[in-house]
Amino acid sequence: MKRGQVLVAAIAIGVVWEGLALIVRRPILPLPTLVIQSFITELPRDLGEHFLASLWRVIASIALSVALAVPAGLILGQSQRLDRIFSPAIYLLFPIPKVVLVPVVLLFFGIGDLPKIIIIFMILFFQILVLVRDQAAGLRPELLHSVRSLGAGRRALFRFVYLPASLPAILTAIRQSVGTAVAVLYVAELFATQRGLGYYIYFTGSTLFDYPKMYAGVLAMSLLGLGLYFAVDWLHHRLCAWQFTQ
Amino acid sequence: MITLDSTRFAYPDGASVFEDFSWQVGAGEAWAVLGPSGCGKTTLLYLLAGLRYPSSGEIRIAGELLIKPRPRTGLILQDYGLLPWATVRENVGLGLRVRSFYGPDGVHAPSDESIPRPDDRIQPWLDRLGLTPIAESYPGQISGGQRQRTAIARTLALDPDLLLMDEPFASLDAPTREGLQALAIELRVERGLTTVVVTHAIEEAALLGQRILLLGPIPNKTAEMFDNPEATDTAYRGSPEYVSMCSRLRQAMEAAE
Repeated sequence: MKRGQVLVAAIAIGVVWEGLALIVRRPILPLPTLVIQSFITELPRDLGEHFLASLWRVIASIALSVALAVPAGLILGQSQRLDRIFSPAIYLLFPIPKVVLVPVVLLFFGIGDLPKIIIIFMILFFQILVLVRDQAAGLRPELLHSVRSLGAGRRALFRFVYLPASLPAILTAIRQSVGTAVAVLYVAELFATQRGLGYYIYFTGSTLFDYPKMYAGVLAMSLLGLGLYFAVDWLHHRLCAWQFTQ
Repeated sequence: MITLDSTRFAYPDGASVFEDFSWQVGAGEAWAVLGPSGCGKTTLLYLLAGLRYPSSGEIRIAGELLIKPRPRTGLILQDYGLLPWATVRENVGLGLRVRSFYGPDGVHAPSDESIPRPDDRIQPWLDRLGLTPIAESYPGQISGGQRQRTAIARTLALDPDLLLMDEPFASLDAPTREGLQALAIELRVERGLTTVVVTHAIEEAALLGQRILLLGPIPNKTAEMFDNPEATDTAYRGSPEYVSMCSRLRQAMEAAE
């Protein structure tokens, strides 16, 4: 996928939107030009702050999930015994739509950033755990034997084999979950907060009825998801260059 | 160099591979272990590498009881031994990095060795094995022969005194295989290595083994041994001794079945 193609697609979507807006002719669907205008004027004011609040929550969740899910996945991936103990629980918990737990998490962790971070963490954690575990379990025994024969014990195997082997799985898991994470972030930010894009979109749309501002918030949230997606993609190409050279 | 004393090995499922098996390998000897698939030759190599342990009896290498992989033993497998995410240069340097990671602790790395500049030990092997032009490529980008050269360079960069090889050239095409066989003999003679090559190919055993151990159907209690002292370079392949050794091995293999 080239940058030019992405740009063309963006323009095409804008044109379709413009056409729909002209046909509908209601305040609820403003012209994209109006929205972009509003986005540009609002960004240095409130919108930027809300954007940063949401960005921080997503980044913190990703960091927390990676920090906890990667070691857990690596341990389960190399110990069949532990995996047998824990995999039934993971099997049951993984498909639960975590968004339904938003009220519960809010109840337990109150207001502030923590409950939002925890909800996204729950989504990313299982995704990363499962992919890293499968990656580690799928390593060829020949590879492990030959690295062990070079003198590697458990610690060196982690450092030189398991960790680099699971890097693509970590990045794939994050990329796959970014869309869901941002969607759930929106839901989580509807409650018990006055910061974040979810709050901004809801407040400007349902309280102020300022639709260009609301769409500016939607645009910001889309850019948040898109930006994270591209960032992870870029990291993948950079850190796992071997997968892209054939 | 290697002593197996009344070694017994059985898989967890109960299949017994070696029973009361004894074998001696002298320093500097070049052995080939020959046998049909399922005869336990790879198991024997893994026992020597310290990656599996005998159920009873003992294995000693250079006088020491073998209870884990030994730093001065090099192991080369048929395939999949290279890190796919590391370049040829990084793969060749892997053993040295593992050693630096632990330091000279005598457990994972020899206690009498310091590696101040790993590059000084990597580059000569890249040059020697013709890997310098592809040093920055990944294993997925190079040929099977180049991958196996990388595996050899990685092992020899650690300066082993015992080299174990499991079907090292089996997946290569004939010209590449012959080139690497010649290289294996050359390096063995030059560095005075003790070598054990596991193979299912009679021709390879007769070329690479100055002594040949023939394993039969499991469980192995005793094994036939053949002396093949003329096997010192690839020119041996053209000699009548080589041809007669091959036919003796073939007859013995058929008789064992």
